[in-house]
Amino acid sequence: MMRIPLARLVNTQTIALVGVLLLNWILFPGFFKIEWQDGRLFGSLIDVLNRGAPVAILAIGMTAVIATKGVDLSVGAVMAMAGAVAATLVVGGYPGWVAVAGALTVGLLCGLWNGALVALLDIQPIIATLVLMVAGRGIAQLITEGSIVTFSDPTLVFIGTGSFLGLPMPVVIALALMILVTLAVRKTAIGLFIEAVGVNRSAATLAGIRSRLLLIAVYAVSGLCAAIAGIIVAGDIRGADANNAGLWLELDAILAAVIGGTSLLGGRFSIVMSVVGALIIQAMNTGILVSGYPPEFNLVVKAGMITLILMIQSPFAGRLLTWFGRNRRKGA
Amino acid sequence: MNRSLRPLLATVVIFLIAYAAAVFQFPGLLSTRVLGNFLTDNAFLGIAAVGMTFVIISGGIDLSVGAVIGFTGVLVAVLITWLGWHPLAAFAAAFVVAAAFGAAMGLVIHYLEVPPFIVTLAGMFLARGGASVITQDSVPIDHPFYSAISSLYWRLPGGGRLSFVGLLMVAVFVVGAIVAHRTKFGSYVYALGGNATSASLMGVPVARTTVQIYTLSSVLACLAGIVFSLYTSAGYPLAAVGVELDAIGAVVIGGTLLTGGYGFVFGTFVGVMLLGLVQTYIIFDGTLSSWWTKIVIGFLLFLFIVLQRLVFAASARGDRVAEKA
Repeated sequence: MMRIPLARLVNTQTIALVGVLLLNWILFPGFFKIEWQDGRLFGSLIDVLNRGAPVAILAIGMTAVIATKGVDLSVGAVMAMAGAVAATLVVGGYPGWVAVAGALTVGLLCGLWNGALVALLDIQPIIATLVLMVAGRGIAQLITEGSIVTFSDPTLVFIGTGSFLGLPMPVVIALALMILVTLAVRKTAIGLFIEAVGVNRSAATLAGIRSRLLLIAVYAVSGLCAAIAGIIVAGDIRGADANNAGLWLELDAILAAVIGGTSLLGGRFSIVMSVVGALIIQAMNTGILVSGYPPEFNLVVKAGMITLILMIQSPFAGRLLTWFGRNRRKGA
Repeated sequence: MNRSLRPLLATVVIFLIAYAAAVFQFPGLLSTRVLGNFLTDNAFLGIAAVGMTFVIISGGIDLSVGAVIGFTGVLVAVLITWLGWHPLAAFAAAFVVAAAFGAAMGLVIHYLEVPPFIVTLAGMFLARGGASVITQDSVPIDHPFYSAISSLYWRLPGGGRLSFVGLLMVAVFVVGAIVAHRTKFGSYVYALGGNATSASLMGVPVARTTVQIYTLSSVLACLAGIVFSLYTSAGYPLAAVGVELDAIGAVVIGGTLLTGGYGFVFGTFVGVMLLGLVQTYIIFDGTLSSWWTKIVIGFLLFLFIVLQRLVFAASARGDRVAEKA
C-alpha cells in the first residue's frame, strides 16, 4: 500500500521553494498567472519548470553519484559533447533518432569512463571526473570544429521546445526521469545498496554488494542524464555551442542536490528533493529576471541562499536547537 | 631514494622529457626569452596554485580562487581609476578584503561543518557576483606606478626578460615551500590532511589552522589578482574564470594527493610549468587549435593520477588496498 504522509512534504526544501515563489510573486504580481495558448501552458511558473529542467535532470544523476560519496564534475562537459554529437549527426544527414541515440551513447560512454576510473582504479571521484571536465569541452570543440553547429531537425527541436499534454517537453522528460529513477531506487534494493556504498564502501563490499558494478552503473546513469540535458539544451537553441553549453551547470547540479538535503559525505539522498533544489535555484534566477533586478545580483543572492540553507541543515544548527530545547525545558 | 618522493620525481622527469621533446621539434623553445615568458605568463596561476596546494594538502578544496582573482582586479581598478587611490593603498585594501573573505570561509567550514567544496562554491558565487555588481565593464588602470611595475624586468643573457611578476611568483613558491616544510603551521596543515581526528587529538589547533589555510589561499588569490591586473592593466569581473581548475590541475600534476596529507609546493611549480609548456607548444606549432590545450591537459591529468595510483599501490601494502577494495 502506498502511503505518502503529508508531514513528509513539509520540510526545509519545500518551505524554501514556496518562500522563493512567494517572494517572486511580491516582486512581480503576475508571477502565478498561467495561460493556455496554442495548445500549451505559458507563464512564469511554467518558465521556471522549463528552464529548470536541464539542471533538474543533471541533479537526478548527480544525486545518485553523491549518495555513493562521489561527485561528477564532468556533466557540463558531457552535455556539450552530447549536443555536439547530436548536431553534427543531423547536419551530416542522419535522421533525428540516430542523433539522439548517438548523443546518449556518448553520455553513456563518458559515464562508464568515469565509473571505471572511480571503481576500478580507485581514483577519488572529484579528480577522476575532473579529467573529463577539462578534456570533454575540448573534445566537444573538436567535434564541432570550434564553431556553433546549427540545425533544424524536427526531432531535436521537439525535444528542446515542443510540448506534450500542454507541458513543455523538457519538463515532461525531467518528470518521467524523476519518477523512473525514484521508483528504481525506492521500490528495489538499489537505493539501499547505493546508500550502503556511500556510508562505507568496504563494509558494503564485505556484506556482499558488488560495489564496483554499482559505482560504474551510477556514473553511467549520471552520464546518460547529462546527455539528455545536453540534447534538450541543444534542441532549445537549435544549435550546439561547445564553448557554452552546460558551462558551470555541474556546480548548479551539485548545489541542487545539496540544497535537496543529499549529504556530500554519502549515504543519504532524495531524488525528488534534489529536483526541488533545482527548482529553487531556477525560481531565484527567474525571479531576479522578471522583477527587473540586474542579473548580476543573481550570483550574490545565490551565494546568500546557499549559505542560509546550509546553515539551517548544518550539524551546528542541530546542536544549537537541541541546546535551546534543553534550556527551555530546564526553565519550565 | 625516499619512497615518498617518487611522484614528485615522476612529475619532474615527465616535464623534462616533454620539454626535451618540444625543444627537439622547435629549438627556439630553449631560449631564456621563452623561459622568461613562461614565468611571466603563468605568474598569476602559479601564485594562486601555491595557496591551492596548502588547501589540498589539508584535505580541502578552494573553488573561489578564480573569482577572488576577478574580484581583486575589479576592486583595485575601481579604487585606483574611479576613486583616485594610490595603487599601494588599493593593494592593502584588497588584501584586507580577501583575508576577511578567506577567514569567513574557513570559519564556516570548521564551525558549521559544511564541506569545503560547497562553502568555497558559495564563496565563488559571492566574489564573482560582487565583482559584477560593482561593474560589468572592464575598468582600465592608467597609473604611472602600474606601468613602472609592469615594465620592470631584468635582462637575461640571450635576450630573455625576467619580469618582476615572474620573480614574484618564484619568491612566493620559495616562501610557500619553506612554510609548508619547515614551520609549525606547515606541519599542522599536513597533519590535518592526514587525519583531522588524530591531528586534533595530538593537539593541533584545528579551528585556527583551518581558518589560516583558507585565509592564506584567499590572500594568495588576491596577490594573483593584483599580478593579473598588472599583466592586463585592467580589472574585469569575468577575468580568470576557471583558473581554480587550472590551479587544481597544476597541484594534482605536481604530485599532491587530493585526499590530503601528502604533497610538495615544488611539485606544484613543476605542474604550473608543465601546463605553461603545453600552451606554449600549441602556440609554437601554430596548426593545432586551442581546444587541443584542454584535451592535452585532461590527458596529462589522467596520466598523473594513474601514475600516482600505481606508485601508491606499490608503496602502501595491505592495509590501504584492503580498505579500498
